[in-house]
Amino acid sequence: MANELFTRDTQAIFWNNNKSAIQRMLDYDYVIQREKPSVAAIVAPTSNNKFEKFFYGTDEVMIPIYRSTAEAVKNHPNADVLLNFASFRTAYDVTNEALDMDQFRVIMITAEGIPERLARLMNKKARQKGVTIIGPATVGAIAPGAFKVANIGGTIENIVKSKLHRAGSAGLVTRSGGLFNELSNIIALNADGIAEGVAIGGDRFVGSVFIDHMLRMEKNPKIKYMILLGEVGGREEYKVIEAIKEGKITKPVIGWCIGTIAKHFSSGVQFGHAGASANAEAETAEAKNKAMKEAGIHVPDNFNDLPLIIKGVYEELKGKGIIGEIEEPNVPPIPEDYNKALAAGKIRKPRNFVCTISDDRGEEAVYAGIPISQVATPDTGYSIGDVISLLWFKKRYPKWATDFIETVIKTVADHGPAVSGAHNAKVTARAGKSVVESLVTGLLTIGPRFGGAIDGAAKYFKYAHDNGLSPKEFLAYMKKQGIPIPGIGHRIKSVRNPDKRVEGLKKYAAEFFPATPLLDYALEVEKETTSKKENLILNVDGTIGILMVDMWRALGYTEKEINEFIESGTLNAFFILGRSIGFIGHILDEKRLGMPMYRHPWDDILYQVEKAQEIK
Amino acid sequence: MAQKPIREYDGKKLFKENWDKYFKGLNYPFESVLVRSGEELKEKAKEKGNEWLNEKALVAKPDMLFGKRGKNNLVLFKVNKPGDVTLEDAAKWIDEKRSGKVKLLSGQEGELTHFIVEPFTPHTEDEEYYIAATTLDENYDVLYMSAHGGMEVEENWDKVTEIKIPIDASDEEIEKLIKENIPSDIPQDKKEVYANFAINFYKFFRDLNFAYLEINPVVIVDKNVYLLDLVARLDDTAGFLMKDKWGEIEFPTPFGMPEKSPEEKAIAEADSKSGASLKLTILNPKGRIWTLVAGGGASVVYADTIADLAGGVEDLANYGEYSGGPTTDETRFYTETVLDLMTREKDPKGRDKILIIGGAIANFTDVAKTFTGIIQAFNEYADKMKDVGVRIYVRRGGPNYEKGLKDIKQAAEKLGLPIKVFGPETHITDIVRMALEDDKKGAK
Repeated sequence: MANELFTRDTQAIFWNNNKSAIQRMLDYDYVIQREKPSVAAIVAPTSNNKFEKFFYGTDEVMIPIYRSTAEAVKNHPNADVLLNFASFRTAYDVTNEALDMDQFRVIMITAEGIPERLARLMNKKARQKGVTIIGPATVGAIAPGAFKVANIGGTIENIVKSKLHRAGSAGLVTRSGGLFNELSNIIALNADGIAEGVAIGGDRFVGSVFIDHMLRMEKNPKIKYMILLGEVGGREEYKVIEAIKEGKITKPVIGWCIGTIAKHFSSGVQFGHAGASANAEAETAEAKNKAMKEAGIHVPDNFNDLPLIIKGVYEELKGKGIIGEIEEPNVPPIPEDYNKALAAGKIRKPRNFVCTISDDRGEEAVYAGIPISQVATPDTGYSIGDVISLLWFKKRYPKWATDFIETVIKTVADHGPAVSGAHNAKVTARAGKSVVESLVTGLLTIGPRFGGAIDGAAKYFKYAHDNGLSPKEFLAYMKKQGIPIPGIGHRIKSVRNPDKRVEGLKKYAAEFFPATPLLDYALEVEKETTSKKENLILNVDGTIGILMVDMWRALGYTEKEINEFIESGTLNAFFILGRSIGFIGHILDEKRLGMPMYRHPWDDILYQVEKAQEIK
Repeated sequence: MAQKPIREYDGKKLFKENWDKYFKGLNYPFESVLVRSGEELKEKAKEKGNEWLNEKALVAKPDMLFGKRGKNNLVLFKVNKPGDVTLEDAAKWIDEKRSGKVKLLSGQEGELTHFIVEPFTPHTEDEEYYIAATTLDENYDVLYMSAHGGMEVEENWDKVTEIKIPIDASDEEIEKLIKENIPSDIPQDKKEVYANFAINFYKFFRDLNFAYLEINPVVIVDKNVYLLDLVARLDDTAGFLMKDKWGEIEFPTPFGMPEKSPEEKAIAEADSKSGASLKLTILNPKGRIWTLVAGGGASVVYADTIADLAGGVEDLANYGEYSGGPTTDETRFYTETVLDLMTREKDPKGRDKILIIGGAIANFTDVAKTFTGIIQAFNEYADKMKDVGVRIYVRRGGPNYEKGLKDIKQAAEKLGLPIKVFGPETHITDIVRMALEDDKKGAK
């Protein structure tokens, strides 16, 4: 164990719920058929969830989430690796706290740009405690066939292609994370893959450096030779050279420092990472490559020849019998990710829901194809009537129609506190319920007896008109059905004392509607009814229902389409929408007044309770 | 880059703003102004608090991150004799100096745009002390002290005392270390005041996240401290911690750096607005080999290999990289910028131009998506590319790379652009070798 960074039993605590990186670790676990998931727990300080689900092959597993590292540590005493995916602002605090817990053997830090002084303090503390820090600014490390940190190695397909799913015989250390993948691939193509690999990170001050890992690899019997990919800047490569000279490293080493280009430019061009800047001649890639070569490290003439050198060293060791044949393990197929397969057009599935009015998938949500910003502000010329026509009917109605819709909404907005809906809303609000709870109790009273006359009027008047019934025949028909005519009659208003709301609607229709055949018919009917009784006038609900039909006819809808609107309750919807304004007003009024719980007085209830009969 | 130089004026301002917390009992007048012209200097002289500009003899020098201003003859401290510079003289001198290009002894060349103006402080050479601190390595900071400051400090480097201070040393340890190591040639009566100044200088350096801080010379007369010349670098990654202490600090472009081209500026601006990374440096706009490389490490490797295999950097036109999952639009913009530069004129020797579209095996960047942006740019620039004779070489791996490679090949062939496309089975930089060998095989 001391010679290996990770084993098949290693478990990590993942700080930050980075779902895709954790899923990649579990995909890797599945490919190498680990018994326990490599992530024991997730720390997410702001999460309210107790766990997160991840795929393990086609199955799903639950990984617990904790709000603090301390809690995760307490519950998972065997997890000795911390994968610190906190941002550069918090990564230091997370590491510092974790170091004090004395549970972690390895801490990997991904953040780039931790303040140098904090990075140095954190690294020093870790060294004193014997904890290996990998990073900052790294993709991490991998022990093929045992444990993989987060995103290192890239996609699972690439991991298998680069033979990172089983141990080979090279030990790999790099600075760059992107080139780590590339090197793994080169080693798989030209040799038998790696047994352990670490990307130490690109920041100026990183926790563990090449020599730390290479001294461990020297003692790891699985590793037969090592490959070091350094960079211009810093002196870490010289520590390796020293170790070779002192005989602390005896296994063959292949080395190369990138950034030889820098010698061609006096200054000013920043090539690569933060750490990649030579402060002295000895820190140039050129000088380091030369020094490595002199120390007996296998150094190519240029990066392009690196594969040849790797192949050469590998084959020599194989020829000597130091490296044997590897039996390739079976790789279970990884089920393809749904979203990826969908994007690639490889799979399809029937949708459970259909939406034809709005779409929130693009840059900006649209109402019937029109972005919200183009309908919202007054300068767009769109009114609330336009928005209703877009979202309810998927058309933009002409101004006379949208103005009519708004007129209707305004007309029905409220009718005082005594109507049953408003009363219910007030009682509920006084019981201490929320706006939405109070509103729905009000809305629930809307139906055949309250507000429902709009639907009914449209339905019956249209039926009569469509079937050519004379007003008299219509009245007879309704009498036969045993239903009072919806939309006819008012409690107090009469021919001599007309309802001003109705007058207004009629006046508007006369002026702006292209034609009003159903209203004309209804007024004929009204003449019949009022001749019988003064207050049997066409009321506001009736007028609205009837004018809606006239509106739709003028807009070119077929009779069948209009019948469908009536059947689906579209007319009632105008009442529901409008009256919600009033209900909310009453509810807010109650809240403002702070009225106490309402209890109906006994003297207003007729109590007539008899003893229940017993049935035997 | 984490360590960034700041102006002398800003460094002194940081001292002033934090003075009482660190140097209680000592007095720092902070009589300094930063100006860009003689006129601005005269305006400053009218401001309250700047009366000294009219009353005292002045010193003026450029404040543009380069040192050795004395040796470069760029310090105005006398007209006829030291200490006779008036406001009028300083203003005139500044306007004179900023009117043309200046070449330093180091060879750097550029225009002088920023000047610091301060009172002339009469003092003797033996009052000039030296103090500096830097981050040595992962374990230690180092504090340098000397009784022999001034222009000749480098020549007197053997008289400088170096103290290695562990980064996690306690205040007591720091005080002990410094007090025990005060240079022996500092006069006995000044040792205590200098030791106290040095201790607090180090704490100030440490707490404000300096990477380097040098005052040469510092002159301490009684309770008064004069910071006569200052050089400083800050660790800019600590910016989020230092908002209150640093304020709005400026990190100027070093003197003599070539002014960025409009294309480089446009890419830098796109970079600053994006979550992805977009970098472009034009090395030689007439160069024949242009690179469009994904990833910081890979971009270096391609540049290295081009220099190694082409026998130098004469042909290498640009250095740059895109990474961190840029959007299709960002990739298109980046590619169009490169193609635009590349197709402005033909190679003077009549050779083909080479476009290297390279990259390592990506961790999570969707290759097909980024290539879509490159293809869109091809559509726009195909005719111009044909006019100057561009040959394209592609190598890339990572998520969705098969589709990306197929798409780019088809698109280029449809447009009649010569292209060769390779995946992870081909060594990352081998396309550089192929491109150069195709040259020999009869391509131009």
